[in-house]
Amino acid sequence: MATTSQRVALPPVEQSWLARLFDWKPFLVVLCMLPCVGLLVVFLTYPLGLGIWLGFTDTRIGRAGEWIGLENYVSLLQDDTYLMAVWWTFFYTLVATIGKFALGLWLALLLNHHLPFKSFVRAIILIPWIVPTVLSAIAFWWIYDPQFSIISYILVDRLGLLDHYIDFLGDTWNARWSLIAANIWRGIPFVAICLLAGLQTISPSLYEAAMIDGATAWQRFWHITLPMLMPILAVVLTFSVIFTFTDFQLVYAITRGGPANSTHLMATLAFQRAIPGGQLGEGAAIAVSMIPFLVFATVFSYFALARRKWQQGGKDD
Amino acid sequence: MTEAATAAAAPTTFVERSGPLEWASLPRRVVTVYLPLACFVVVLLFPFYWMAITTFKSNEELYDYKNFNPFWVSSPTLANINKLLFQTDYPSWLVTTMTVAVVATALSLFASVLAAYAIQRLRFKGSQWVGLAIYLAYLVPPSILFIPLATMVFQLGLFDSPLALILTYPTFLVPFCTWLLIGYFKSIPYELEECALIDGATRLQILWRITLPLAVPGLISAGIFAFTLSWNEFIYALAFIQSAEKKTVPVAVLTQLVEGDVYHWGSLMAGALLGSIPVAIFYSFFVEYYVSSLTGAVKE
Repeated sequence: MATTSQRVALPPVEQSWLARLFDWKPFLVVLCMLPCVGLLVVFLTYPLGLGIWLGFTDTRIGRAGEWIGLENYVSLLQDDTYLMAVWWTFFYTLVATIGKFALGLWLALLLNHHLPFKSFVRAIILIPWIVPTVLSAIAFWWIYDPQFSIISYILVDRLGLLDHYIDFLGDTWNARWSLIAANIWRGIPFVAICLLAGLQTISPSLYEAAMIDGATAWQRFWHITLPMLMPILAVVLTFSVIFTFTDFQLVYAITRGGPANSTHLMATLAFQRAIPGGQLGEGAAIAVSMIPFLVFATVFSYFALARRKWQQGGKDD
Repeated sequence: MTEAATAAAAPTTFVERSGPLEWASLPRRVVTVYLPLACFVVVLLFPFYWMAITTFKSNEELYDYKNFNPFWVSSPTLANINKLLFQTDYPSWLVTTMTVAVVATALSLFASVLAAYAIQRLRFKGSQWVGLAIYLAYLVPPSILFIPLATMVFQLGLFDSPLALILTYPTFLVPFCTWLLIGYFKSIPYELEECALIDGATRLQILWRITLPLAVPGLISAGIFAFTLSWNEFIYALAFIQSAEKKTVPVAVLTQLVEGDVYHWGSLMAGALLGSIPVAIFYSFFVEYYVSSLTGAVKE
């Protein structure tokens, strides 16, 4: 009774124009979107455009630049350091991604078994991904020390496999493989936990049906696990590729591009030229030259997402 | 009835029969599962063990593998931590990092909650395109933004100020949080809001009184994730902050604790350890939220 009378009584209550304004949908939409769109337009979209523009100028720190067209890009194409950085960025991304996914998938498959303390194991495995990259990179720097490396100590003094300590970061290829190893180490947990989530959605009845039909373990993996995991694998792969390709922290912390600029990724080279070197225009051009690859990876990601919806019986939208 | 019975029976048959993979005998299981898993755990955790053990070693022990076992500390010392806390700006780096992370997280959460609510619940024309644009914004890495942002920061007079970090961190926090919260709001039944609407609540009242309290787990996920991401951020903090006492922990450990060519590994490792502990503690409280937001964000 009381509620009915209240409801009847409500409409006549004169709402102030302010209250009505706040209940007017278009106004509310604009109000809600404003902080998010404002932040992103000012600090993301505008800098993106500004970066592309800077790439066509000869801006230095403390001096506004002038339009010089493609000059930065032309000089970069004749710059051996830049070309080496491009090659090394692709190589780093390719090898590290293969390593991360092979080991991450293996770890996810291991964790998908019935294990004691499963949630505890899952929790500690994520630690390398949670801890600030630079800080774990410093630990790797110490592990890769030429004189006191614990890896060299184990190989030489404990196992006697080598007769001299490895110069991890002083030699070009040693430094490159050391960086790739550190990157794989950091990437495994992310890949493993995401793929584990995907594995857990696969119905066990599929495996049972395959077992009855006499499928071997490898056939079950190849014909059931992998296809069912494909959609989530594609998304995780795209994320991982984009963030490995634009990696900065690991290389900056462990080698700073050395020895002799041989481990500069495009991101660290852009930083080196732009901030300590002062050549903002040239640095921006290096950073911008990463964009085509990122667009390609993103388009790939979009189609992977769309395919996923279609596979689940949803609409493509 | 039969349906209910099979539904109730299903979990037990699942446990019994999750078997195909478990048919293997125990020794075989040890070799194929436990041994590789143990190797993974050891390799993934070793750098942290090494970081911790180095922190507590004295200098003579640190550089002498002949007389001391390098895998253990024979006489633990707090000298490295002591040096870090009282002879460097470490406490002020911690405070700066904490302030920046907390404020940037709060700002991003505020912006993302409103945006996610508008996109998912107010459903204006083109809202799905805005959602897609925000997803794409997450894919723009800081490595290509820091140079133009550095010029902007300089022109706005924010160079060398924590405010520069507070304003730029949302560029990667807001897309992530919004995306996560859109997924979370989707899981809250719309009927609850319709009831409130019929009872005469305004839209903002609905958001504040009904949707937000129900979305608390999602907010926690987004919040802890944003906090961790801002604590870990490196490239902006490296490019925008110059004076030693205003740096954030990751940048300061790398740039301030390395003096010339002599690396003081003891205090470097102590700095890395102390910088990792706040996120590690944070993480240990909210493991499940981390896992759910990590996997949720990928699945969405």
